[in-house]
Amino acid sequence: MPLKNKRILIAKPGLDGHDVGAKIIALALRDAGADVIYTGLRKSPDYIARVAVEEDVHCVGLSVLSGSHIELLKQTLAELKDADAEDMQVFVGGTIPPDDRDTLIQLGASAVFTAEMKIDDVVQTIVDSLEDQS
Amino acid sequence: MAQANSAGDKDTPAPSPVAPKIGTRLRSGIEIPTVVTADMAPDRSDDRPGEYPFTRGIFDTGYTGRLWTIRQYSGFGTAEETNERYRFLLDGGQTGLSVALDLPTQIGYDPVHPMARSEVGKVGVSLFSLAEAEILFDGIDLSAISTSFTINGTAAIIYAMYLAAADKKGVPRENLTGTIQNDILKEYVARGTWIFPVKPSMRLIADSIVYSVEQSPRFNPISIAGAHVRDAGATAVEEVAYTLANGLAYIDELKKRGSDINRFVQRLSFFFYVHMDMFEEASKFRAARRLWAKLLRERYGIEDKKTLRFRFGVVCGGSSLTAGQPYNNIVRVGIENVAAVLGGAQSIFTCAYDEAFQIPTEFSAEIALRTQQIVAYESGVARTVDPLGGSHFVEWLTDKMEQEIVGVMDEIDDYGGVVKAIEDGFLQARIAGRARERKQATDDQERVVVGENFFTRKDQKPDYGEVFKVDPKAADSIMRKYEELKQRRDDDAVKVSLRRLQQAAAGDSDNIMPYLVDCCHAYATVGEMVATLKEEWGEFQEPVRF
Repeated sequence: MPLKNKRILIAKPGLDGHDVGAKIIALALRDAGADVIYTGLRKSPDYIARVAVEEDVHCVGLSVLSGSHIELLKQTLAELKDADAEDMQVFVGGTIPPDDRDTLIQLGASAVFTAEMKIDDVVQTIVDSLEDQS
Repeated sequence: MAQANSAGDKDTPAPSPVAPKIGTRLRSGIEIPTVVTADMAPDRSDDRPGEYPFTRGIFDTGYTGRLWTIRQYSGFGTAEETNERYRFLLDGGQTGLSVALDLPTQIGYDPVHPMARSEVGKVGVSLFSLAEAEILFDGIDLSAISTSFTINGTAAIIYAMYLAAADKKGVPRENLTGTIQNDILKEYVARGTWIFPVKPSMRLIADSIVYSVEQSPRFNPISIAGAHVRDAGATAVEEVAYTLANGLAYIDELKKRGSDINRFVQRLSFFFYVHMDMFEEASKFRAARRLWAKLLRERYGIEDKKTLRFRFGVVCGGSSLTAGQPYNNIVRVGIENVAAVLGGAQSIFTCAYDEAFQIPTEFSAEIALRTQQIVAYESGVARTVDPLGGSHFVEWLTDKMEQEIVGVMDEIDDYGGVVKAIEDGFLQARIAGRARERKQATDDQERVVVGENFFTRKDQKPDYGEVFKVDPKAADSIMRKYEELKQRRDDDAVKVSLRRLQQAAAGDSDNIMPYLVDCCHAYATVGEMVATLKEEWGEFQEPVRF
């Protein structure tokens, strides 16, 4: 149970309704021992940051498949900063073109996940990132 | 950060020198025998295409009477840009339009809404008011071309807008052909563009079907879709089972109005995915066609042949496509296209090879279109109706799939019906579990995906070919057009039309459709109409289960 005692928020910002990726990861993280909160669809970055702080999670996973990942990551990070939670690690998953992956990392994403990656690798990356932090 | 990037290096599986085994089990659990002999197969020698129960097809002339409609899903950015792409596709021999709408239009937010801003024009074209529809269809003869809209939460509004656009062009409504998806039940399960709670949503759907039968009798007011549930993770059997269950739920809603359901049931059409297992897909459609006809006869006593015909469109590609080695997708879509034809589809959309990760370029869109033309005119599969009919294997598999589909439908009935299963989040959780199974099977190399988990190159990096980008100025242009419309239109007319819409929504006796058409004519925006309806009906509360 590598993620025992870890609390993770999986969030769907924006209007995109594709939640399969988010739910697959949520299930896998739960199986890895994490306490997973899933927001459901169409949440504003403001709402996501508020839940992250109120629920005292260790990290946030944003799932975006509509092509709006850059704007939505920026907004979420800004809201987290406003909520004095700028240290919160944020992961981004979805349909992310190769050029945008580096952009997301530069903006502050801890890692970027896409559909062809193995679930185990995604979970392991999150485990490693959280260990680095603590 | 070095840690963070390591995930990027892990995404390429090690090359597999060992060839995988040919699996004998379908994802839906059916075990395929190595040989199916005559004694194992049902005797279907009396089956005739065009005759009940339509296993072999709904028309005796098959595709020689009329080819399937080649209908490529397309739309992005501004109405002007999309209009240009449509003319390109129509000039290239496409025979129907399929409109992709942006998420704000699908969920009912105006482009300037805070939730909408980052999504304007991204995954489809913005149609925030009739003014945009007029641009979108400029120079396109609406009485000569059929138009399909992938629209659900705001389907009634977009249909009203299409009628208004036809009115403005002087095209008689009865000449209009095309489809609105208008299938809200599966949106709650898989696609996510729901707005209102289930009950008023079902009313809106029944209203639009009733109105369409009167006003535009050649138009399909609903396309009950299994495609999205399938692409999300459901098996082929579940795809059909959930879709037919939804279809029956819509008929029950129409029946509540005490109307002659024959007229309405005739206008129901269906939409499915075609993934890679060719015989499973072809048999799936044969089984679905037969089962639907039987259900209509048994449950509703429908005897009219025209009403019993199960008409469906398909999409080939979706989650069967890969981002790694994307050119392999051209072959995949070609095989799926053949499976759709063997299954007797009425309209086919072939995904472009790059559709797994972006809006197609003109180059990739053209290959997808040519794929259909090669299948139609070179391969010969369209020459004879149901060429698989009588095959021991296919007849055996068709029966098997029908039994399994009935089994899943019974399970939903036992749960308390499809509406309850959706409101509780039961189906949503089921699909999520299936999605995980499929992904895990791919990760574990139980399911073969060439170029992704088998037969990869050692140095394989994602190769996306030509990259399509929506013009970043499109969103600004849409916002500007929106502000200009607000200046230009007659505000009093807008207010009056919205007030009347609200009154109709507050009661339960009026059909909502004519009020929506009036709103469109007054250039009320989609966001204004949806906000007005939300005041009366509220919003769906998503059961968050996974």
